Amino acid sequence: MNKPQPLLAIRGLTKQFGAVEVLKGVDLDLDQGDVVSIIGSSGSGKTTLLRCVNLLEEYQGGDIVLDGETIGYRSVNGRRHRLGDRALSRQRAMTGMVFQSFNLFPHLSAAGNVMLGLRKVLKLPKAEARAIAETWLARVGLAARADHYPSQLSGGQQQRVAIARALAMNPKLVLLDEVTSALDPELVQEVLNTVKGIAEDGATLLIVTHEMRFARDVSSRVVFMEQGRIHEEGPAAEIFGNPKSARLAEFLRNTRH
Amino acid sequence: MQAFLDQLWIARWPLWDGLLLTAGIAAAAIAFGTLLGGIVGVQLAYAPWWLRLPFRLYVDIMRGTPVLVLILAAFYIPAVAGLSLGPTEAGTLALTLFAGAHIGELLRGSLQAIPPGQAEAGRSIGLTFPQLLAYVLLPQAARSALPPWINTGVELIKGSSLLSIIGVGELLLRTQEVIGRTFMTIQFYIFAGIVYLVINIALDQLGKSLERRVGQH
Ligand SMILES: Nc1ncnc2c1ncn2[C@@H]1O[C@H](COP(=O)(O)OP(=O)(O)OP(=O)(O)O)[C@@H](O)[C@H]1O
Ligand SMILES: [Mg+2]
Repeated sequence: MNKPQPLLAIRGLTKQFGAVEVLKGVDLDLDQGDVVSIIGSSGSGKTTLLRCVNLLEEYQGGDIVLDGETIGYRSVNGRRHRLGDRALSRQRAMTGMVFQSFNLFPHLSAAGNVMLGLRKVLKLPKAEARAIAETWLARVGLAARADHYPSQLSGGQQQRVAIARALAMNPKLVLLDEVTSALDPELVQEVLNTVKGIAEDGATLLIVTHEMRFARDVSSRVVFMEQGRIHEEGPAAEIFGNPKSARLAEFLRNTRH
Repeated sequence: MQAFLDQLWIARWPLWDGLLLTAGIAAAAIAFGTLLGGIVGVQLAYAPWWLRLPFRLYVDIMRGTPVLVLILAAFYIPAVAGLSLGPTEAGTLALTLFAGAHIGELLRGSLQAIPPGQAEAGRSIGLTFPQLLAYVLLPQAARSALPPWINTGVELIKGSSLLSIIGVGELLLRTQEVIGRTFMTIQFYIFAGIVYLVINIALDQLGKSLERRVGQH
């Protein structure tokens, strides 16, 4: 029996910032519909890993294969070459990213934020883009805020617009980097609920989070990163209930309150 | 006073033509200078260093040279090279190059002040670099560059008076011609001064109201 190829395959990924090696050979597979959470202490390379997958960072070694296509680089005579702007843009459109600091476009309304990629990348007609934007804004509970500008929205609302902006592009995979870390505590839950909702709808998610209860709740698999490597990986219940390595056990002790 | 008003009435058409030429040259210089400055600013902000270098040199030379010297250079250097530019063309060229450098530099500042997360968010939805510039970065930079851009327009109106040196019949030269005929030196210089002041205050107010309008979000 052949296992179908994974949606995302990260193979031996290494990344240096100058002389500092931040990712030291990361291997990770995600299947269609997987919800994988990455946990780990500060500086362990979680954000960097997501940014490599979204091609926002260059990396020195290894491959990232998305839906059968090696992204970011092409090999010519055994030498790696970074792809050009157009090819990178096309590949970036296949993954969505939700940032810790929302990064909504301040000069566009909520609907305008969601529509920009639909109009300019997917080249949809305006009416169709608007309809999709309204559907997604309704999905994240912001139907009535479509014409509000980011400055008129709360942090939680802005982050939900950012989620709608990423999902509306119908990406194969969505990357979420600590999407609640910049929020006031009372706004965290509405965003987590939104993420949970899209996970239940079947989206493939790779989530970096410090919300352990949420990770346990929503993930099919949890990955513990430590010093640029995947230190331990398994089903959520195993990782939280029965950690194998001492390092993970210690990390969990320190993060539980 | 009555004598001055009589002379002003007699000289109304030459002065009006001078005013139109002042406004026309300043408008042309801000229009071409904005195009030029748009290119320069984007290169300064994003080009690799070897491509940035010639733009940086251009900007620094233009900003370090007195406008009067630029005007004289634009008038005399092409003539040496066998090109004949009329005074109005030479003057417009000088002010355009001046405006392009200033606008380029202020656009660079505005672009670099945009948080990096904006470009990352644009890239993550799949925008190419030209799309990112057109739909995400330039609209935001334009807002913060608006007040200094208006200020460049004010500088151009003032700078255009220097074109009288090379014989461009703009407002100041026309005023001087009228003075040569009437000997009402103080009255006509004050009059010209008031006209410049009114235009520049009007531009300033226009800028402030534009700023208020786009500054809402
Ligand atoms: N642009 C950069 N230049 C140099 N070093 C960087 C850069 N970005 C990240 N690093 C370094 O890479 C390492 C991993 O950073 P990363 O942001 O991926 O960690 P993280 O696991 O996301 O941490 P946190 O939980 O604090 O967000 C850190 O040591 C960090 O200092
Ligand atoms: Mg991080």
